[in-house]
Amino acid sequence: MLSITNLHAKVEDKEILKGLNLKVNSGEIHAIMGPNGSGKSTLGYVLSGRNGYEVTQGGIEFSGKDLLDLEIEERAREGLFLAFQYPVEIPGVSNMEFLKTSVDARRKHQGLPELSAVEFMKLARDTSKRVNLDAAFLKRGVNEGFSGGEKKRNEIMQMMLLEPKLCILDETDSGLDIDALQVVAKGVNEMRAADRSFIVVTHYQRLLDFIVPDFVHVLSNGRIVKTGGKELALELEEKGYAWLEEAV
Amino acid sequence: MSQFQQDALALAAKQNGLPWLEDFSAQAADKWQSTLWPTKKTEAWMYTPLTSLQKNQPLSWASKTDVFSACEKLIDLDATRLVFVNGKFDATVSSSLPAEIILFSGASKDQQALIRQHLGSVIEGDKHLFSGLNNAWLADGIFIHLKANQQLDKPIYIVQVCQGEEVHAVNQRILVLAEKNSGTTIVEHFVSADGKQSHFVNSVTEMVVQEDACVHHYNLHLEDEQQQHIGAVHVNLGRSAKLRAFSLALGSQLTRIDYQCHHRGEAAELDLQGIYLPRNQQLVDYHTNIQHWVPHCTSNEVFRGIISDEAKAVFNGRIHIHPKAQKTLAELSNKNLLTSNKAEIDTKPELEIYADDVKCAHGATVSQLNASALFYLQSRGISEAEAKKMISFGFINELLQAIELAPVGDYLTLILADILGRNSSLDLVG
Repeated sequence: MLSITNLHAKVEDKEILKGLNLKVNSGEIHAIMGPNGSGKSTLGYVLSGRNGYEVTQGGIEFSGKDLLDLEIEERAREGLFLAFQYPVEIPGVSNMEFLKTSVDARRKHQGLPELSAVEFMKLARDTSKRVNLDAAFLKRGVNEGFSGGEKKRNEIMQMMLLEPKLCILDETDSGLDIDALQVVAKGVNEMRAADRSFIVVTHYQRLLDFIVPDFVHVLSNGRIVKTGGKELALELEEKGYAWLEEAV
Repeated sequence: MSQFQQDALALAAKQNGLPWLEDFSAQAADKWQSTLWPTKKTEAWMYTPLTSLQKNQPLSWASKTDVFSACEKLIDLDATRLVFVNGKFDATVSSSLPAEIILFSGASKDQQALIRQHLGSVIEGDKHLFSGLNNAWLADGIFIHLKANQQLDKPIYIVQVCQGEEVHAVNQRILVLAEKNSGTTIVEHFVSADGKQSHFVNSVTEMVVQEDACVHHYNLHLEDEQQQHIGAVHVNLGRSAKLRAFSLALGSQLTRIDYQCHHRGEAAELDLQGIYLPRNQQLVDYHTNIQHWVPHCTSNEVFRGIISDEAKAVFNGRIHIHPKAQKTLAELSNKNLLTSNKAEIDTKPELEIYADDVKCAHGATVSQLNASALFYLQSRGISEAEAKKMISFGFINELLQAIELAPVGDYLTLILADILGRNSSLDLVG
């Protein structure tokens, strides 16, 4: 599904990722944990192709394609999805129109016909129910005036609509209360499938109580310094990150 | 005297004016003749050269009423409709006029006296070059007279369509007298039949809004790009009077719109919103001037523009708070989006405050598309080109959504979405 080899990336001349290796197979959930500034969000942005995040070495293969050759939107259409830590507010652009344009773009890429307005409306309403988001949000501007929790649920809703192959959740748990956290986790768990993988980036073990990972990686100073099972998250919760950094 | 001044005078002489307004027009013609033509140094025309006025010459008056050919461009509005073709009233596609809407040419003696009393009374001296020309060119006009406590249940929809390939001058004049506690909605819609017109339109709307009266005014400039339009809206607001105004201009070879509003009665309120969207090599120039003369008045002004290609926009928003106008609340915001490297905006908010207990805010921004928003949309599979259109449309959609008269809002949403390449059918279904 995803294979990252010796990835080096810089932002504004500062090297953030320094030789990262990661292999994610179909159906797996990988958690990436690590201290602030270790490069967790950068990894998400590099994978999604954000401008200003320059890969200087190494490669990324996604579903048999060279990911770095693809434009931002092409990566999304191929099935890569990044749930943002801070979803962007776009006043004046209706959420409904945004979602439909997005779903149609992915469907078109898959050789499927666009949905009619009525078909889409039904799908959108049903999906908004699954994430406990009032359908009235569909008519508002994209994330406009949404609370932190509503924005995150909107991200999960987009994920459900787009049915990606690889979902990267960038600190989706930050700023969420326990109820919202459960909604998000439930959404992710419902989406689990043999042909779908997840990379869950988080600071805290808490989210991993709800979304149980197959692997936990610790990212520090631009590299993965330790990999383990779900029990590693508990150990980190207890001991912090310092002992790992010292060990490296 | 410039060539255009001379040509315009010659045209004035060819106009079949109304006998009872002859002296009014003659006086204006004299003034026009003696006015110094603006140069690059003239503040009000600094960024908008008038050289293009010569381009579409020679101008002539339409001699007959052509058959109206732009039905499909009308707004689907349950309204009292007045249609003018090349400046000539076309009764066949207009509603029968109720008592409160009078053509100058059909005014009774009493109405003539009222028109004479108020016509030109709001326009400040000889400050407005083209409003002066409108006076000089005056052959007919629309008088909207709301008596005290009169509330019109249907909007008044005035359509001025330019059509045919002959190059015409069009002089439109509207005079609104809204007496105490009256209310109405007026929609002015300027449109071209197809892309073949290069008319020159000079429009002036004068409004006397008296105590507690409320006027909603829409000023829609949807002419094609070879046309030229110079227009002005002059308003006097009485005590607790309200004007809710919306203006839109797509841009043309030359589009210049002035708003002059005088708060003359205490607690008067102005709400003015506008959108401009020049493309290709078009020009749009909005000059607004809000004058607070008395205490406790408010004005709230919001203009947004998207300037594309090699187009240019000018926005000059002036708020003048005179010494007596204590407790004024005045706000002005002008935001611009440039979608090309060759697009230009000259924006200038101006505050002149001579009272010490007022609250005023103004701001102007010029920006390019928000990179984070663009990335967000692209990361959902939307192409860069499409994402740019969506964000651009969103920028003005905020103002479109605030339009109170739904058929106007829907109409403009479709047109602007089309221009910006958006499919907005979902907005309307949802």
